[in-house]
Amino acid sequence: MNNTIGLIFVGIGIAFNLFGCIGLVRLPDVYNRLQAATKCVTLGTCSILFGTFLVMGFTAAGIKSILCMWFLLLASPTAAHAIARGAHRAGVKLCQESVADQYAEDKEGEA
Amino acid sequence: MKIENVKILRWAIGTVIIVGCIVFVLVKPLPFLFYHDLPNVGFFGRALFIILLSSFLALYRIWKGPTGADRVVAVDIFGILIIGFCAVLTITTKRSWYIDIAIAWALQSFVSVLALSKYLEGKDFDE
Repeated sequence: MNNTIGLIFVGIGIAFNLFGCIGLVRLPDVYNRLQAATKCVTLGTCSILFGTFLVMGFTAAGIKSILCMWFLLLASPTAAHAIARGAHRAGVKLCQESVADQYAEDKEGEA
Repeated sequence: MKIENVKILRWAIGTVIIVGCIVFVLVKPLPFLFYHDLPNVGFFGRALFIILLSSFLALYRIWKGPTGADRVVAVDIFGILIIGFCAVLTITTKRSWYIDIAIAWALQSFVSVLALSKYLEGKDFDE
C-alpha cells in the first residue's frame, strides 16, 4: 500500500518537472522563466523525495530524503530570489508584453 | 530560402522530435541500473527517461540563453533535476548512498547559485 502511494507521488513529481522544463524553454523572459521553472521543479522534486520516503520507510535512506526535502524547501526560493534581484540590478529588461515594474518604482522612490 | 520556409522547417523538426520521444516513452522503457526483482520496472524506466528529457531541455536553455541570468536559472534547475534523479535511483537500486549524493549536490548547488547571482549583481563577494 505504501509502495503504491509512493509511486503515485513519484509520478506526480515527474510530471511537474517536465512541465516546469517546458516552461523554461517556451516562456519569453528571464523573470517568467524563473517563476515557472523554480516553482514547478522545486515542488516536483519535493514530491519525488516524499515518494522515496514512502517507498523506503523509516530507514536511513527515507530519513535522509526527508532531510533533503526540508533543505530544498528552504534553499530553492532563496536562490530564486537572489537570481531575480541580481538580474534586475544587472539591467536585464522585461519582455514587451509586461505591464508593470514595481521594483524599479521602489528603487526610484529610494533615490 | 524565405524566412517563412525556415520557420516551417524548424517547426516540423521539433514536431518530429517530440513525437519520437513520446513513442519511445510509450514503447520501450530504459532498462538500466535496476536490481533483479524490482516490481514496476516499466514505470521506473519511463520515469528516468522523462527526467533525462527535462535535463536536456534545461541544457538547451543553457546553450541558447540570451543573457547570463537565463543561464544561471537553467543551472539552478539542472541541479534540482539531478536531485530528483538521484532519489529515483535510490528506489530502483535499493542503495542508500545515492541520496547522500543528492544531499551533497543540493548544498553545493545552493552555494554556487548564490555566488553566481552575486556576480550578476556586480558586487564583491564579501559584502
